[in-house]
Amino acid sequence: MNKLVTTIKEAVELSGLKNGMTVSFHHHLRNGDYVLNMVMEEIARLGIKDLTVNASSLFDVHLPLIEHIKNGVVTNVSADYISGGLGRHFSCGVMENPVSFRTHGGRPSDIISGKTPIDVAFIAAPSCDPMGNCSGKYGKSACGSLGYAMVDAMHAKKVVVITDNLVKYPLADWSISETNVDYVVSVEEIGDPKGIVSGTTKITRDPVGLVMASMAAKTIEASGLLKDGFSFQTGAGGASLAAAKFLKEIMLEKNIRGSFGLGGITGYMVDMLNAGCFEKLLDVQCFDLSAVESIKNNPNHMEISAQHYASPTAKSAVVDSLDVVILGATEIDTDFNVNVHTDSNGYIMGGSGGHSDTAAGAKLSMIIAPMFRARLPIITDRVNCISTPGKDIDVLVTQGGIAVNPKNSELKERLVLSGLPVISIEELKEKTERITGKPEKIKKGDRVVAEVVGRNGEILDEIYSVC
Amino acid sequence: MLRSLLFLPGNNPNMLINAGTLGADAVIFDLEDAVSPDEKDAARILVRNTMKYMNLEACEVIVRINSVDTSFWMEDINALLPYKPLVFLLPKTNCKDDVLKVCGYLSECEKKLEAEEGTAFVMPLIETAQGVENAFDIASCSKRIKALFLGAEDLTADLGSKRTKDGREIEYARSRLVVAARAAGVDVFDTPFTDVNDDEGILDDALLAKNLGFSGKASISPRHVSAINRVFSPSSEEIEYAYEVMMAIKEAKEQGKGAIALRGKMIDAPIVQRAEKTIAMAKALGIRGDENE
Repeated sequence: MNKLVTTIKEAVELSGLKNGMTVSFHHHLRNGDYVLNMVMEEIARLGIKDLTVNASSLFDVHLPLIEHIKNGVVTNVSADYISGGLGRHFSCGVMENPVSFRTHGGRPSDIISGKTPIDVAFIAAPSCDPMGNCSGKYGKSACGSLGYAMVDAMHAKKVVVITDNLVKYPLADWSISETNVDYVVSVEEIGDPKGIVSGTTKITRDPVGLVMASMAAKTIEASGLLKDGFSFQTGAGGASLAAAKFLKEIMLEKNIRGSFGLGGITGYMVDMLNAGCFEKLLDVQCFDLSAVESIKNNPNHMEISAQHYASPTAKSAVVDSLDVVILGATEIDTDFNVNVHTDSNGYIMGGSGGHSDTAAGAKLSMIIAPMFRARLPIITDRVNCISTPGKDIDVLVTQGGIAVNPKNSELKERLVLSGLPVISIEELKEKTERITGKPEKIKKGDRVVAEVVGRNGEILDEIYSVC
Repeated sequence: MLRSLLFLPGNNPNMLINAGTLGADAVIFDLEDAVSPDEKDAARILVRNTMKYMNLEACEVIVRINSVDTSFWMEDINALLPYKPLVFLLPKTNCKDDVLKVCGYLSECEKKLEAEEGTAFVMPLIETAQGVENAFDIASCSKRIKALFLGAEDLTADLGSKRTKDGREIEYARSRLVVAARAAGVDVFDTPFTDVNDDEGILDDALLAKNLGFSGKASISPRHVSAINRVFSPSSEEIEYAYEVMMAIKEAKEQGKGAIALRGKMIDAPIVQRAEKTIAMAKALGIRGDENE
């Protein structure tokens, strides 16, 4: 049996891809990814039209996708996250059909259930053998975990692996097994290492970020959840990492040994693992070189699929066992609904990713955000887009105080008893507006350019055109 | 009660707007070294508007005006006196005449504003060899003086010594200022620790200052504020001991005893005084209330 084909074009032809079908891509190569563009270019050359692109995330490196939309090659897009440069085109209405935003847990759930079936999955792999056993841990384009590609590989009708590091059979320590792979293509480069992972992720030096981070760590300490067996997820943003640093200090001082750290993993979480703060890291995506090295060498740093990470329809997912998650927000309203999809002018610049999955699963879902960015207040009467419903958010930490969702009165009591500066979200909003004033509402366009699908399949919100 | 005093550049709106959230007991809006001569007027307006419109809640405001040998200091006072800073920090104070010059001008301004005379306060910044030698004269020359403040960067330049982390070159100046301030009955604040990335160093430096008798310490970085607050707050052991002392005194009085011992040591007046101070401080900081009384 020979799965090795010489060109992407040949693989596309052999896959049987036809007009109206769905192709999928993962985002482990992030803004360094070459594969989506290479594949779509060949598909366009072959004259195939009316495709749905189902990508776990899209970055600005994928801007050529806009031409394929204009030319009718792509007529539907589904993604968990779309970065700002690309998002602006969707907000300006480049595509007739609205973008379908899902969560990192909702996407695999819908693929598995057949709600959003994949006809052909194109999987960029930093290492692969000729039969399709592949991994993200090795090779010049190493990205670490391949967690977001695993469900695509298992459930797509056809699977094409594209690699720039073809190794002898069998590749040891594979993430995706040959049992799922139809074709393998070897190319010169699958991505630009500079865009795949950052060299290091650094904690913020911004004084306001540090104040918030310190308050976040104290909030976690006061919540009663910080004890042996503690589990934790945080993002790669500067203030979130600083919160992890402060938390690490508390854990080491009090000799608390957590059970696991989860999520997109940074070097900082690796440091916490190595310092004994956690017994395991469960990794769906690596953010930096330190995380890539760790997942390769440390058996306690384990790769998990997006389904295992966050699927709401799995028999259980790791988010269901999570104690605390620290999340960001572009806006939050007085009902604690959070927007991470659009910017202050209403343009698409993000997406839920694992935001609403972890918020729903964790015992304590914390938003860290400054009271204002530039001149705009972060707290509004109603967010421009509901990405994560307020019922899943427990607390907002800002430099001006900590607002606890009234649904969690026990947490509020604990924080007050610990002497933390608790304030109602309405008061915090007023306090902020005394500094910034109240901004005018964004004028929405008349077209729906994206719909936000909640992790359980409900439509949480619609995003309107801007231009 | 001031433990931490955080310098913020007067020409940085983002820092000024967040002044009340950085954890410092007081912020020092700086119109002097942090601001270049061509930005003095803009910084003055920014600081004035911050004081006029922003609510910094529990955070006190100190303003470092320009020194009396410049043409800026009177305009600084004119602009900011109406907004009642806690004190004006007077840089490069060499002798009591420097202070009296400012105090005289404050009196004139208070009259013009029809404010009660003597309600504006000053804190001389001692950062020259002459200033150190004149410390007691300076500290005791006016009722407007609330505290002395040591500035080690300019001082070491004046001394011709190298500024080091362990601060041996300023040992004399530190001790001299503490003695002078305490003799004059005013507070005294220590110079900032300038390595903003050294989280251990700030703890050691603050502890040294506390043990020498300083009331609190300044910082040029918000990152150092929590360490300073921690060091200058009474520890739970100190508070516990203070309450034990007060309890022992109470019991001794009830039993008509003259001399009392606690934990094998005689309790005398200075120990009681210190215990009272510790309890007052703990209460002011909300660390412990009356539950031990």
